[in-house]
Amino acid sequence: MKNRRDRLIAVLVIMPSVILLGIFVYWFIGRTFYISMTDWGKEAPLAVNPVIHFVGLQNYKELFTGILNGRFRQDLVNTFFFTVLFVSGSLGLGLLLAILLDREPRGEGFFRTLFLFPMSLSFIVTGTIWRWLLAPRGGINVLPKLFGLPPLGFEWTSSRTQIFSFNWQDLPRVTALVVAAVLACLTWRAVRRGRPRRAIIAGLCAAGLVAWYIWGSQLVPPALPYPEIHGFNLAIVGIIIAAIWQFSGYTMALYLAGLRGIPTEVREAARIDGCNELQLYRRVALPMLKPITLSAVIILGHISLKTFDLVFAMTGPDHASTDMPSVLMFVKTFRGNQFAEGAGIAVVLFILVAMVVIPYLAWSLRERSSL
Amino acid sequence: MTLIAVSLVYLVPVYMTVITALKQPAEINLETAWALPSTPYWGSFVDAFNRMFPNLRNSLILTVTGTLLSALLGSLNGYVLSKWRFRGSDVVFTLMLFGMFIPYQIVLIPLFQTLRRFHLYGGLPGLILTHVVYGIPITTLIFRNFYAQIPTEMVESAAIDGAGFFGIYSRIIFPLSWLGFVVVVIWQFTQIWNDFLFGVTLTKHEWKPITVALAYLAGGQAVKWNLPMAGSMLAAFPTLLVYIFFGRYFIRGLLAGSVKG
Repeated sequence: MKNRRDRLIAVLVIMPSVILLGIFVYWFIGRTFYISMTDWGKEAPLAVNPVIHFVGLQNYKELFTGILNGRFRQDLVNTFFFTVLFVSGSLGLGLLLAILLDREPRGEGFFRTLFLFPMSLSFIVTGTIWRWLLAPRGGINVLPKLFGLPPLGFEWTSSRTQIFSFNWQDLPRVTALVVAAVLACLTWRAVRRGRPRRAIIAGLCAAGLVAWYIWGSQLVPPALPYPEIHGFNLAIVGIIIAAIWQFSGYTMALYLAGLRGIPTEVREAARIDGCNELQLYRRVALPMLKPITLSAVIILGHISLKTFDLVFAMTGPDHASTDMPSVLMFVKTFRGNQFAEGAGIAVVLFILVAMVVIPYLAWSLRERSSL
Repeated sequence: MTLIAVSLVYLVPVYMTVITALKQPAEINLETAWALPSTPYWGSFVDAFNRMFPNLRNSLILTVTGTLLSALLGSLNGYVLSKWRFRGSDVVFTLMLFGMFIPYQIVLIPLFQTLRRFHLYGGLPGLILTHVVYGIPITTLIFRNFYAQIPTEMVESAAIDGAGFFGIYSRIIFPLSWLGFVVVVIWQFTQIWNDFLFGVTLTKHEWKPITVALAYLAGGQAVKWNLPMAGSMLAAFPTLLVYIFFGRYFIRGLLAGSVKG
């Protein structure tokens, strides 16, 4: 029987860790929120007791609307495209590799080891290597010459091309349209599954957003007082490729574990029902892998939102076209001593990551307590 | 067939790294980047090693100390959270796990300030403390899930025989945990060795870890690429070695971080 004394010891043993994390995670997060609402950085920022005044949301206003902070807004756009392409690329490639390995080819262990080894490397190592591979006049670009073809002309991380450009002023309207499109899809699904109430709610919301897009958006002041063009910088493509190279082995390992968990009977039954291999994976395996896909999206998503090392190693901290909020936070804080603005960027980054992670943690807590 | 083709693509960066590291500086040329070196030249490794020796030493001290401390803490925490559960322990555990997912930028400024106040900024002790603290969530998670597999009856019967909290730990739990320790040590070793953000912001020049040294070696202007490539191989060597010999356990750690128990 466990007695009271031992129960007390157990709590005392875990206490130091709880206190340390309480300070280093929760207290520090609170501090950063506070710092982001001050003017720390104006006077003697590096003093042990720096002069700090509370300024409310001034720094955030500056970040989102200030004329000097266009770089921050472009960073948000960069992070968005980077995250979407990196996560979907890693998932797709990882799934493909897992399916190839699922048929238990000869040398499976070798291939698995090979695809996963980049995971053991530092982002700095990966970045350094890919920086050399993506040199505009060498590396990948001159590879076709070995086969007698003309070299590629893409400038990779030095590229200045921007696609999907949009005016930041239109951001609320564009967002409304995108959300409306998603809601329309939900409506269609609800109709097909015979869920009238859900269909009506989603349909009305979508219609409302479209109406607002067409007539109402003049009622709200634009997001910026002047036009500012942002878009998808193609320079990021090189960084996405390096990141996928490093992480697709990870998604492969996740999916492979999932595929191996599908009972043989299920596969046999599907085959007897006349599924060919492709259908087997699409109709049977993929739905069963949904929880894994969800975990992978969360893990990769939060990794990609805070990407720092890879960008630093591939293009350095001062390369605007591939910049990310994490890099800008570093530059502002530790180069420019703009502690308050750096904290503001960190808070924005934190909120983005928290939006992804907190629902996931809450869900896994529920699973745990229901056990 | 497809597999072999894909593996070749995966190996392209490796090929490029090795051949570039083995070339004479004069032989490196964008046009002939893919050609094999005429004769292997080992000088770049010597040069990179000499330049980065202090950083390699820093990283080694940092990684070994940080790994052992956080493994020990994780093991004790995992033991409490799996075998000595108290009211609200699941909530405490979830709150601890959150520390694993935060972007560290959100704690960086107060961390920097606090370390400075306690005269821990700039050197290895502060960096070790940082890695140990932020390593607690993942090491606790891995050990907790690992200990969940040890039957509770074993713990109960030892308790009936009069063993206390530490008696049970040293007689039953610890001897059964070597696998957990292998997984955690490998995971933390890789994490701490590969860290860049804390290294670049919390240490002064002479205490920078290897990743920071490599980033600056490669980031310099007009750099000859044999040196960064040789440096990359040196920086990658320890974790790669661990991966090659203990890959199975590395993958376990990897999956532990994503599949919640």
